[in-house]
Amino acid sequence: MNDLMFRIPLGEWAADLIAWLTSTLGAVFDVIGDVLRAAYDGLTYVLAEPPFWVVGLVLAALALLARRSWQLPVGSVLGFAIIYGVDQWDNAMATLALVLVASAIAIAIAIPIGILAARNATVSAITRPILDFMQTMPAFVYLLPAVILFRVGVVPGMVATVIFALAPGVRLTELGIRQVDSEVVEAGHAFGATPRRILRQIQLPLALPTIMAGVNQVIMLSLSMVVISGLVGAAGLGQDVVRSLQSVNIGLGVEAGLAVVILAMYLDRVTSAFGSRSAVERARATTKA
Amino acid sequence: MAALRAEGVYKVFGRRPAEAVRRLQAGESRDEVKNHGTAAVIDASFEVEAGETFVVMGLSGSGKSTLIRMLNGLQPPTAGRVVLGDADLSTVSAKEMRQIRQKRVSMVFQHFALLPHRTIIDNAAYPLALQDVDRTERRRRAGQALEMVGLGGWEDHLPSELSGGMRQRVGLARALAADTEVLLMDEAFSALDPLIRREMQEQLLELQETLGKTIVFITHDLNEAMHLGDRIAMMRDGRIVQIGTAEQILSDPANDYVAQFVADVDKTRVLTAGSVMVRPAAVVTSGAGPRVALHEMREAQASAAYLVDRDRTLRGVLRDEDVVAAQRAGTESLVELTRDEVTAVDVDAPLSDIFAPSAESPLPVPVVDARGRLVGVIPRVTLLEAMAPNDTGAAVALPGAASPEVVAAPSPGSTDGAAS
Repeated sequence: MNDLMFRIPLGEWAADLIAWLTSTLGAVFDVIGDVLRAAYDGLTYVLAEPPFWVVGLVLAALALLARRSWQLPVGSVLGFAIIYGVDQWDNAMATLALVLVASAIAIAIAIPIGILAARNATVSAITRPILDFMQTMPAFVYLLPAVILFRVGVVPGMVATVIFALAPGVRLTELGIRQVDSEVVEAGHAFGATPRRILRQIQLPLALPTIMAGVNQVIMLSLSMVVISGLVGAAGLGQDVVRSLQSVNIGLGVEAGLAVVILAMYLDRVTSAFGSRSAVERARATTKA
Repeated sequence: MAALRAEGVYKVFGRRPAEAVRRLQAGESRDEVKNHGTAAVIDASFEVEAGETFVVMGLSGSGKSTLIRMLNGLQPPTAGRVVLGDADLSTVSAKEMRQIRQKRVSMVFQHFALLPHRTIIDNAAYPLALQDVDRTERRRRAGQALEMVGLGGWEDHLPSELSGGMRQRVGLARALAADTEVLLMDEAFSALDPLIRREMQEQLLELQETLGKTIVFITHDLNEAMHLGDRIAMMRDGRIVQIGTAEQILSDPANDYVAQFVADVDKTRVLTAGSVMVRPAAVVTSGAGPRVALHEMREAQASAAYLVDRDRTLRGVLRDEDVVAAQRAGTESLVELTRDEVTAVDVDAPLSDIFAPSAESPLPVPVVDARGRLVGVIPRVTLLEAMAPNDTGAAVALPGAASPEVVAAPSPGSTDGAAS
């Protein structure tokens, strides 16, 4: 220990903690890992097994549903054709499955925490530094413990993705609920509504556009983690990017990278289209109908 | 029993509210306890009778919004009690509190606080939905409430499609649909244009006439307070400095602050004929003859007298020259001699309604009660005096302060001239 005045053995503590977790809670992590892997395998099967044009058309139809215009579905079909044409279809579907499972888990955790944080100042004060930590800690740092706990494969990548992508989901849910006109919430209280009812009938509907912006951010951040997932052995586009880096294969890198971009654009447009309509606009659409 | 009662209510925001209340109770000022917390409401006590419109008037920061929120438990008081009917709000459970808010006290908000994603009818029906009234019934009752505020036909629109005034009507309809005995109105008309505000005030007065709710109305607009309130509580820096009717506050302000505040008020709209009238000098009953009338006028040193029936119903005005002529002609009946020279005004008429009759004739304007009986007169000088700017109103209500040519001495049997 060269010339430090004092040395905090933080690294040793962290290593000890991981060792302790592995030895005592190993079984728990095994179960979690199995569940995650099963979800991922199932979704990959559904996406990659049918012929590419079937899946492509279904995804394009989803785009049509989200935004009733012709540009998005046509663009999607075109993009998927390119992915197929550069021979990245199976990789792209594996990546899509990973992103969807990781995002679903992140959202399932983020929204309830966001709701709690919006309603309770203490929860908000506690979650904020934790979220900062999760978002700014270099992903490689917690990738290693994840690999130790869950072994190489798709699961540590997924766990790293969830941790990294969680923060905007929590933040935007909290923000969205806090932004709801406090007088309207007060009106709910003044007429004797239960907190649960106020949440369901006033806060969530009115916060929905902001919450959906959070969901969109979660998905986009998940996608940005595919390369890192590829590093620890998750199949998909990330793995090809990593391989192109290791073998200096410019062609493969460009092809896999382009597939990531197309996937990102598709997911972004579709999720933002689903989330852009506020509760007020939806009400307007139904009263006019 | 009062519909609503506040007993020594305090609300302090900040780190050590209990300590702040203890010091305030010991006589320290709001500034002295600043380090312990911000005292929003200090020792507020009042009772609101059933069917009364009680206005809490104060500038922003005077604590009036906090006060009204303690009346339905949206803000729990730091100390003191709020009693709504028979329920002490400080002792009820959260569930009972919701019951009370559903059934007994509703609220109208400054910025309307409508649910922007629900239609007008659903907004009006919102309290009923919370009470688990079934859908057809609550639509029917919400529809009735909307009709009451003149919004029939707008049921299926969204709040964003309505003007500010209409939105607040929805807010009012929502509170009426809840059908609670007590209605809290927090600066309900403050966000509206002056013309719309006036319209809403009239509508509220009209509705109140038939519904007879117990209303607590918060405002920073003194004219609004005077116009709507049966009684007014003046608030300053968290304390209620005076409670009284509009006339009491105008004519007898509790301190310089209130006096200064009411100095700008348009007194002609607030003061009524009854508050400035004086006793009529010369009154003659219709059975008397010209001789009696002339005697009466001579005694009063007046050139005219008011002719009344035995039950003091006003018949008209007698001029001295007419009576003298009649005496010479030997006529005995006075009734034929009366002139309609001066229009009588109602005892509750605001001063602004008295200018026209007062301008028509140099004679004092007779004031009659609801059954047409003469209860007083308003000489022009009295009217002008009531309007005098630097006059806080204290002198206004004093009878006999004016000495016009007609009024000289009280006539026997006349009613109390001035209400104070």
